[in-house]
Amino acid sequence: MIREPITVSELTSYIKSIIENDFELSGVLVRGEISNFKHHSSGHMYFTLKDENAKIKCVMFKGSNQFLKFTPEDGMNMIVSGYVSVYERDGQYQLYVLKMEPDGIGSLYLAFEQLKEKLQKEGLFDTERKKPIPLFPEKIGVATSPTGSVIRDIINVSTRRFKNVDILLYPVKVQGEGAAETIVEAIDYFNTRKDIEVIIIGRGGGSIEELWPFNEEIVARAIARSRIPIISAVGHETDFTISDFVADARASTPSHAAEMAVPSLADLTYKIESLKSALYMNLTSKFKNKRYSVNSMIRRLENNSPLSKIVQNIQYIDNLQNKIKFIMEKRLRESKNKYSILVNRLDDLGPGKILSRGFSLVEKDNKVVRSVKELREKDEIKLTMKDGSAYCKIEKIMEGSVWLLEKRI
Amino acid sequence: MATRKKNMKFEEAIQRLEEIVNVIEDDSLSLEESIKIFQEGMELAAICNKKLDEAERRISVIMKGENNNLTEEDFIPEEE
Repeated sequence: MIREPITVSELTSYIKSIIENDFELSGVLVRGEISNFKHHSSGHMYFTLKDENAKIKCVMFKGSNQFLKFTPEDGMNMIVSGYVSVYERDGQYQLYVLKMEPDGIGSLYLAFEQLKEKLQKEGLFDTERKKPIPLFPEKIGVATSPTGSVIRDIINVSTRRFKNVDILLYPVKVQGEGAAETIVEAIDYFNTRKDIEVIIIGRGGGSIEELWPFNEEIVARAIARSRIPIISAVGHETDFTISDFVADARASTPSHAAEMAVPSLADLTYKIESLKSALYMNLTSKFKNKRYSVNSMIRRLENNSPLSKIVQNIQYIDNLQNKIKFIMEKRLRESKNKYSILVNRLDDLGPGKILSRGFSLVEKDNKVVRSVKELREKDEIKLTMKDGSAYCKIEKIMEGSVWLLEKRI
Repeated sequence: MATRKKNMKFEEAIQRLEEIVNVIEDDSLSLEESIKIFQEGMELAAICNKKLDEAERRISVIMKGENNNLTEEDFIPEEE
């Protein structure tokens, strides 16, 4: 048997055909740990699957890996399905992976955990990001299915709390292919409107697959960029979705979401009235206080007024008055005494006393006569005595001292 | 000022009202200021009440027409 050499290509091609034609190798299900994972810019994934004793090169093309919900990482235990073939250029046999599932946990669960961690790291769940839910939204945007109990529950609860509620429904697919895209569309649409003040997104309960749109990254991003606060109400109380974490508020049920978005009219009216009365009470008490302080000022002013000083010193003034009175009376008394002494002395000096002793006043032509030299015979004179007057005619005049004259007579 | 107030959102109005109640409690305010702010508060309360009274019940749904243009129509939830 003559052996002709063959080319490497021929050999490799032969090996490849043998492997590819093997029934077992054309459809394998393999369990192993990922290592050396690389997601190439071309979109294809390259990694090694290994266990304690062996490893195999793996490739998962873009066409297959685009449907993966999660991102494979080194150290993850996977169950992959695919076929074995040879990459001729490297002479490398490898596993061409068509499907990949996390070993032990569901891939959706893994995807959920991965996205949750990623968004958390980005800060999308931070409480500082959360916008407050308005107390009384003028219009509520609801993104959910137009059929089913969710929208009915929301309308019922809303109208019960506030009969004039204004709701705008944007119908969306809440599960299955394309659902996430319609939810994103709804959120973005509501954000183009000026009248929507709060958004409710939600759906009823279901399996993780059914709730999945609310775990999609595009929905999370749409919620995060929404300028309008969003209440997420997905599934039942025990169901948590990425939407719940990113949203500004999480409602356990759609009815609960309606309660959060729509105020009870009675509560609001009560709040306004109590604020009003607080305002009124504060103002009146302020007035009362001011009036009180004005009054106390008035009292202080009064207490210190000049009038009050006078009143306070009235005793002193009385004393002064009494003193003055006493002095004046004393002066008066003294003056009176002086006067009567003078009067007596005046009496003594006046004509009365002399006349009563027997002397007479002689007057001629209303002039007092002091000397006989002023008189002529036949002159008429007036004699005034103590009790009357007598008109007389001069008979004879004799000059000389009275006392001498008397002797002579 | 008055028109600005009418255009206020309910939240803004009630928030300002709460602020005013807090402010008026402050003793440092002059009586004139208190009266002014009291009047503002009463106006805000009236605006809040008016907004509640004026709200109209409307439940509508966005419909996608041809060419993807969106219209708003009354929404009647289907009975089960």
